[in-house]
Amino acid sequence: MSEHDKDIDAATGVETTGHEWDGIKELNNPLPRWWLYIFYICIAWAVVYWIFMPAWPALPGMGTNTPGIRNHSDRALVAESIDALRSARAENGAALIEASVEDILADQDLRQFAMAAGESAFGDNCATCHGAGGRGAPGYPTLADDVWLWGGGLDEIQHTITYGVRQENMESRFSMMPAFGRDQVLSAEEITNVAHYVRTLSGLEEASDASIAGQEVFEWNCVACHGEAGTGDQFQGAPNLTDRDWLYGSDMATVQATIYNPRNSAMPAWGERLDETTVKALAVYVYALSGSEG
Amino acid sequence: MALFDKHALLEKHSMLLTVGILVVVAIGGIIEIAPLFYLSNTIERVNGMRPYTPLELAGREIYVREGCYVCHSQMVRPLRDEVERYGHYSLAAESMYDHPFQWGSKRTGPDLARVGGKYSDEWHMDHMRNPRSVVPESIMPPYTFMVDRPLDFSQVQQTMQAMRLVGVPYTDAMIENAEYDLLAQANPDFYPNSGDYDGALVDRYTEASGREGTVTVRAFDGDAENITEMDAMIAYLQMLGTLVDFETYEADSLQNRR
Repeated sequence: MSEHDKDIDAATGVETTGHEWDGIKELNNPLPRWWLYIFYICIAWAVVYWIFMPAWPALPGMGTNTPGIRNHSDRALVAESIDALRSARAENGAALIEASVEDILADQDLRQFAMAAGESAFGDNCATCHGAGGRGAPGYPTLADDVWLWGGGLDEIQHTITYGVRQENMESRFSMMPAFGRDQVLSAEEITNVAHYVRTLSGLEEASDASIAGQEVFEWNCVACHGEAGTGDQFQGAPNLTDRDWLYGSDMATVQATIYNPRNSAMPAWGERLDETTVKALAVYVYALSGSEG
Repeated sequence: MALFDKHALLEKHSMLLTVGILVVVAIGGIIEIAPLFYLSNTIERVNGMRPYTPLELAGREIYVREGCYVCHSQMVRPLRDEVERYGHYSLAAESMYDHPFQWGSKRTGPDLARVGGKYSDEWHMDHMRNPRSVVPESIMPPYTFMVDRPLDFSQVQQTMQAMRLVGVPYTDAMIENAEYDLLAQANPDFYPNSGDYDGALVDRYTEASGREGTVTVRAFDGDAENITEMDAMIAYLQMLGTLVDFETYEADSLQNRR
């Protein structure tokens, strides 16, 4: 470019670019210094970054990208911080896994630990179905009461959480109410009658001809699981039909629909997803929700 | 200098200048992006990942169609709180058969990368029908129509072929049997007495996965006879994040570090 003759603008004394558009020329002012220095610093920073941090992708034969002398890895860092978290919880966690209801009641630290861990895991994983505070919803059992399908002891609750309900693992809580209507075990009339009878069990309606006819149907088809008095069986997850607590609803149409084609709803096996301490903490929290803690 | 005198050529021809700018700008992109397509360490080596079954793929198409990615990400970041809440951070390998990927960039709703198996099918039904019925504070719109709308899977074979073109390893048998596989996954009684079909869907995709139990056959929406969009959607959601076997994943290997 030295071949160019320097073309100085007369009015400002600044060199022009030498280009001319219809008599107009462009001043070739230098870049502001501050801008230029930041630009150079950025370039220097990039070189330093290459040295310290993982930067260049793998070339054939290298196997991995350049690790940089700091050996930084986001994934290694998160593994570390999770390990730190686990070890911070380890002491209380190990005690919790072994603890019985009495142990937990006796040890205030342990109880606080279990309740805090349980509450946070519950909000994240369980409240989506069972509602905040375990208030339940149609189809999703209320946990904040003392009515239990599969048992409300600490161990029973822990088992249900770990293995789930109607899951594929061998330990899962499992039972299947037959589809009395869909599979044509009972006629429509029989279903209506037995639904009337079931509703009389919990005092929702007075005995009638239909319910008396339904009683016979009940004795033939339902007592094996729900018991002769309809009080249910926690071993089979058969609900108590004599109380006022209804999973899907107590109105005639819902009871009929349940007998016709039961939902047999499922719950995931959380043992496959959460660690043992968290499951135990959840069991303690749910146990406490039901008021059993006293 | 003669080369700099040639500069006038670029300055006087706007199209030439445009092309020149494009070439210069592309250099940066090519250097940064192109190697990732050819590097062996871009995608982690994992066990269990397989191409999506036709039903899952159809569900994924609905997921894309309804714009679920606008509110839900599918990317558990390597941060402690995220791993605590959602599970293992997402791997590149887990979205290697996603075209386009569904990582998303905004979480109005929760991340879905590991939603598979977290809730029951019934919950997904209730939630899709009316999100407020199970999560009172939810602002998700209802997708009630999916319950009744029959799944249109007339294009599923072509979709799989298109996926194969961009690198998803669908075999000829998978593509040939796409529609049967789709029907069979949503209906356990699809071939009750037929000898020509003996769980071939499960075998095909289990073989591709190399891991047992990654293919589930059931009536996802509780109704085996009618294949609806809900079946496809739930099949897709229940599979998300469940394919990779993390027990055999070597997080510490140099190749899997990021």
